[in-house]
Amino acid sequence: MQNISVLITGIGGQGIILASDVLADAAMRTGWDVKKTDSIGMAQRGGSVISHVRMGDVVSSPLIPTGGADVLFGMEKLEAARHCHFLKPGGQAVINSYGAPPLTVATGAKKYPEDEAILSVVRERAGKVFFIDGLKKVSKLGNTRALNVFLLGALSVLLPLTEQVWQEALEAKLPSKIIQINLQAFSLGREEVKNAGIR
Amino acid sequence: MQDIQKISAGSKHLLSGNEAIALGAYHAGMKVATAYPGTPSTEILENIARFEGVYAEWSTNEKVALEIAMGASYTGVRCLCSMKHVGLNVAADSLLSASITGVNGGLVVVSADDPGMHSSQNEQDNRHYARLAKIPVIEPYDSQSAYDFMFLAFDISEKYDTPVLLRTTTRISHSKSLVCIKGLSEVGARRASFTPNPEKYVMLPAFARKRHEVIENRILELREYAQNTPLNQVLKGTGSMGIIANGIAFQYAKEVFPDAAVLRLGMTYPLSEQLVREFADSVEKLIAIEELDPFIEEMVRGMGIEVSGKDFIPITGELSPEIVASSAKKAGLLEDVESEEPACRAELPLRPPSLCPGCPHRGLFYALGKTPRRIKKVTSAPTKPTAGGLVITGDIGCYTLGAYKPLNGLDTCACMGASIGHALGMEKAGVTDKLVAVIGDSTFMHSGLTALANAVYNQSQITIVILDNMTTAMTGHQGHPATGISAGGKKTQAVNLENAVRGIGVDEVVVLDAFDIKALREAVARATESDKLSVIIVRGECAPLRARSFACRVVDTSVCTRCNTCFKLACPAIQYKDGNVYIDPELCAGDNCGLCDQVCPVGAIGVFDEAVKE
Ligand SMILES: Cc1ncc(C[n+]2csc(CCOP(=O)(O)OP(=O)(O)O)c2C)c(N)n1
Repeated sequence: MQNISVLITGIGGQGIILASDVLADAAMRTGWDVKKTDSIGMAQRGGSVISHVRMGDVVSSPLIPTGGADVLFGMEKLEAARHCHFLKPGGQAVINSYGAPPLTVATGAKKYPEDEAILSVVRERAGKVFFIDGLKKVSKLGNTRALNVFLLGALSVLLPLTEQVWQEALEAKLPSKIIQINLQAFSLGREEVKNAGIR
Repeated sequence: MQDIQKISAGSKHLLSGNEAIALGAYHAGMKVATAYPGTPSTEILENIARFEGVYAEWSTNEKVALEIAMGASYTGVRCLCSMKHVGLNVAADSLLSASITGVNGGLVVVSADDPGMHSSQNEQDNRHYARLAKIPVIEPYDSQSAYDFMFLAFDISEKYDTPVLLRTTTRISHSKSLVCIKGLSEVGARRASFTPNPEKYVMLPAFARKRHEVIENRILELREYAQNTPLNQVLKGTGSMGIIANGIAFQYAKEVFPDAAVLRLGMTYPLSEQLVREFADSVEKLIAIEELDPFIEEMVRGMGIEVSGKDFIPITGELSPEIVASSAKKAGLLEDVESEEPACRAELPLRPPSLCPGCPHRGLFYALGKTPRRIKKVTSAPTKPTAGGLVITGDIGCYTLGAYKPLNGLDTCACMGASIGHALGMEKAGVTDKLVAVIGDSTFMHSGLTALANAVYNQSQITIVILDNMTTAMTGHQGHPATGISAGGKKTQAVNLENAVRGIGVDEVVVLDAFDIKALREAVARATESDKLSVIIVRGECAPLRARSFACRVVDTSVCTRCNTCFKLACPAIQYKDGNVYIDPELCAGDNCGLCDQVCPVGAIGVFDEAVKE
């Protein structure tokens, strides 16, 4: 098989590392080679976080080169746009419509780009973009903490991993207390992309 | 954090490089582990501290950590000492001493280098320390090798009576890949016991001269070992090109040149000339692909073997598959790669790191910025020397972020502990500015105490501010001697900061609440106009460690004059929304902070009833 590369972007506190751990674990359970690498930088909180996940028969570099990602998985829309050059031309993007203003925007020095501006940046690379209001969808479950797993569910539709391995990976990585709500969030996320509004 | 100690032999797991180092060391029989936190090394000791049957500690600094590991090694048990690259500068004296005495139980020193400076002040290549100290350096290239190499590192250390440097990098330490677990080796059962041997352990000149001969012979023997060690591997290829590579650069080389023959070096010092020469003879063109310095390349060239590398591969920064590919293309080594746009062309607002909402460091910087001397210093043109201003020398930690606008709170930052020395140097050179050194609590314990003694002894008049957030925040909240919390999370005796400072001989010592702006401003005003050496301890617990307060602040827009004073705090929670000042309730630290209501000149910020949630 051809290797598959997924780039996950967002900001600190969104559960990105957990999301990429679950994805890598699911790939391992499929019997593939897998590598992942996280860039957290200096920020404890609120800073940009990127995780590269690569899987296939043999994976060498854990870092995805520019233009090497099959899927861009963005949990914050500005960070998704910032890293879309990693996407292969014609690749797919799953982007959460949530926007967290960086300090430069909050103080009024810079403007947070409009959705259309963000999407046009992403569309320069992406063939398909799923732009999802994850927070709204997941709040139906009464707990927005499962947002990252909801979005993983959305991502899962684009990857050749079985529902079985996803479930096992979630069970392995999440505390048993919150597993039920997360499994529900995961299914909701899957539905979302299956019935999707592609933008 | 997963409990990796419970992983059973024969199973396969996704582990980070740091987890693999920790588990490999444990399975190789490590009994003592010491470290001072520092990215990207921190998780090694964090994992070991959870292992049963191993003594693990956060030491005061890297030098102390290494000396403890040396002492333990002298008793015959296996020891690991880990640190970030710049930590080895602090421990360099000890490393060179450990080289000359040699070991008893295996001693492995882990240096986690940070090419690209993801979170460091430089990107020095610590392989040079191996050559300087005449000890072997081992470099893993993924998590499996990090795990496997630990066993070999301890064996080599004992067999050749030498400390071993295990050098990892951010990309190795912080990447996860699959690891097959071997399980616990037999070594574990050793008991510590020390047999005096002054000719080995007491480095008087007469003994050290003999030991120098010993270590010169040792490196010759290791050079021979390098020829056949499983650490080094030749991977056959089809083309005419041969690549020598180490660490993560090996992975990039494989990805970019899948068909080339590769000499993968897991031990990059000392090199076996025969091994390199045989490989070079088997290929037409030899290139070296390594991150940072041309460490391997220059040794190969020194053997009289033709090799290229840094003439096309960057010497600065972290490598990546695309940097290797584009460099190779420029050098004519690769043809059909498309050139990629390096980054997104759209201009997007940046997301620089900032102090957290509720950070106890913020108030001090605000207070310093409000003193007339500071205003004078920062507003006058930098080309004109000012007299009578306020210079703030800084140190390393979360508070270094206070250097950014609008806080403008630091004028220097170099290495840990330097703030006090910098201020003393400026004072002794004769500047007419008042000097304030700002240093974190962990950094003060690490290397501020000796500098403070210097200030007392050499009759200084500077002010030292210790920002005591009761943790080592920057690296992810580790304990240090003044916290009284051990690496394993147990309560221990805490060093009392104020007593320590007084004990060294400082008379003017105050302890302030980090969130009391009035008290901070008064103390700063007093100190900056006094000619006595003084210490201000600013105490407040690190924001992410405190229980959430829901008494979020709200702006009464009918009162707010949009004077922007609150923005001078650089709090991420304070924003503009629809033309009004707005405080994001998701971010606001509420009663844990309250700085903004204290600085608002018109009283527009407060806790209003409807904002008080459960
Ligand atoms: C010699 C050395 N060791 C370790 C580090 C990594 N490091 C950077 S800042 C810091 C400690 C910060 O703690 P503290 O001074 O208490 O400040 P805080 O981050 O808590 O504000 C450490 C360990 C370093 N830069 N240099």
